[in-house]
Amino acid sequence: MPSNKSVSDAPIVQFTNCRILRDHQLQREDLWVREGKILNPEKLFFDEKGSADVQLDCKDSIIAPGFIDVQINGGFGVDFSLATDDFKSGIDLVSQKILSHGVTSFCPTLVTSPPSVYHQILPQISVRNGGAHGAGILGAHLEGPFISKEKKGAHPEHCLRTFEAGAFQDLLATYGSLDCVQIVTLAPEMRRSSEVIQELTKRGICVSLGHSVANLSQAEEAVQHGATFITHLFNAMLPFHHRDPGIVGLLTSDKIPAGRRVFYGMISDGIHTNPAALRIAHRAHPKGLVLVTDAIAGMGLAPGRHTLGQQVVEIDGLNTYIAGTKTLSGSVATMDTCVRHFQEATGCSVETALEAASLHPAQLLGIEHKKGTLDYDSDADFLMLNDSLYVQATYIAGEEVWRQDVSGM
Amino acid sequence: MKLIILENYSQASEWAAKYIRNRIVQFGPGPGRFFTLGLPTGLPRDHPESYHSFMWNNFFKHIDISPENVHILDGNAPDLQAECDTFEEKIKAAGGIELFVGGIGPDGHIAFNEPGSSLVSRTRVKTLAMDTILANARFFDGDLSKVPTMALTVGVGTVMDAREVMILITGAHKAFALYKAIEDGVNHMWTVSAFQQHPNTVFVCDEDATLELKVKTVKYFKGLMLVHNKLVEPLYSMKEMGAERSQSKKPYSD
Repeated sequence: MPSNKSVSDAPIVQFTNCRILRDHQLQREDLWVREGKILNPEKLFFDEKGSADVQLDCKDSIIAPGFIDVQINGGFGVDFSLATDDFKSGIDLVSQKILSHGVTSFCPTLVTSPPSVYHQILPQISVRNGGAHGAGILGAHLEGPFISKEKKGAHPEHCLRTFEAGAFQDLLATYGSLDCVQIVTLAPEMRRSSEVIQELTKRGICVSLGHSVANLSQAEEAVQHGATFITHLFNAMLPFHHRDPGIVGLLTSDKIPAGRRVFYGMISDGIHTNPAALRIAHRAHPKGLVLVTDAIAGMGLAPGRHTLGQQVVEIDGLNTYIAGTKTLSGSVATMDTCVRHFQEATGCSVETALEAASLHPAQLLGIEHKKGTLDYDSDADFLMLNDSLYVQATYIAGEEVWRQDVSGM
Repeated sequence: MKLIILENYSQASEWAAKYIRNRIVQFGPGPGRFFTLGLPTGLPRDHPESYHSFMWNNFFKHIDISPENVHILDGNAPDLQAECDTFEEKIKAAGGIELFVGGIGPDGHIAFNEPGSSLVSRTRVKTLAMDTILANARFFDGDLSKVPTMALTVGVGTVMDAREVMILITGAHKAFALYKAIEDGVNHMWTVSAFQQHPNTVFVCDEDATLELKVKTVKYFKGLMLVHNKLVEPLYSMKEMGAERSQSKKPYSD
């Protein structure tokens, strides 16, 4: 029935028979959407005297905010660090495919590469909203080349750089442009890192600590200068030591500036971190945990050899190593697998597991007012999941962009 | 009157809910035939978090009522008396209140008709008694200075015009008010007592609320429970009543 809506004529959709994640809890409430945003039904009812145009029965699904992956190097044969002619179609392919994993926004990640690669690729990445074409791009995550030689992991040594000479100018020259860069991972023990961190933070870029041999005080200093994230905790950093916890110590550091929170990425694929270590981190600092996939080109494909920037990577089951070595390089995990594994390994609540992949990354990037929650007026990017946390449908801006095929069930 | 005595708060609530449901089904509402449910007015709209939120969360969001069919007195209206008069007109236009459901205060008031309110009063602006202000403090984080001292309310006369009145009374602190309402005389100091002169009143209460009543009264009405419980037995649903009925079940289409 045409409702008497005074604010807008756009159709109002009411998702019923569902449990939504709101205020950190699964509540039995309906989800109302209009013009791509979550609508406040009470205001609609009293102020506009409006009602729903369409009611959809969600068959008791869980509705959660869409997942946000802030570290993904590629997938489905596409490598974000490879400057090809059809780079754009590559990124489009990945953004479309990850919808089925529940990812509605992501940060395409570039591993350590020569400056020419950055100069070619970065201009081709643009921040854009998601939709039927694929997940939204929040900005690039540049992991390297300003990282430690000792902890380079899968990054190519010959491309590592320092910024001792020109600090921020060196960084800018290497990358070419920071226009759509959202996150930069660097090693804070490098000389002049404080200046660089401050300059990046001033420009609204999230600074992450990783691939580093920093001790705790160096890490704390970096945080004081603006760093807010830790790239794949435990991996590519000094192990926790009881007299110098290193970067891991940031989880319980008392030198974090007031009002700020340090977030840390975890690849919970069961391989990068032993579940016991995952549990220790989670229990030490549950509100900072951000699930990431660190997925590489081979994700979504059959086992075999694929590239990761300048390196060749071999995939065997869930393990991904630099060809011929036992050095882990990225993963082939999908975001929804990570969420499920995280929930199983830590025994945490469904709400906690879902927030680690949605609310926390949104908070990290300072976009929680529009992404990562189902609060009124947020972007209507959400997922329908079953009780075992398998994604049944993905919605971006209130439109269904992916649905699980119900074949023979 | 019918006095329905249930064991506790949840049972009393359930009985009342079933009764209302049965009444609505029996009435058979449809397009142009509104079942007008009257409820006591709440606080002025200054505090949308309180009354409107309360009504939305506890009632409106669970039912398929059309927002145009919801009329709440607006405490922020520029001309309060006109707002009250219009409200009375709207009630008439809807065909009068079919069933009014309310509670009573410990001072025996119905809606905000505080002790001393005229028993033939209509919808109007009313100054609240201190008791009521204290009771409402819970909506304002216990800050008394924030609680409104005036409210718009339906009058005793307005409620008396309803075809049926149901009053819910639970808890020992309401026991004296219940006694005054049904065992004592009609008195404007205990405005609920006005319903002794209404042809169709149902009082639903729990054991604790009967603490000030005569044992004789309580035994008499408990004895009638067998008969009274028939009023809440499930009726055949409206869908089964026939195709025409089920189509006209909602006064609006999807």
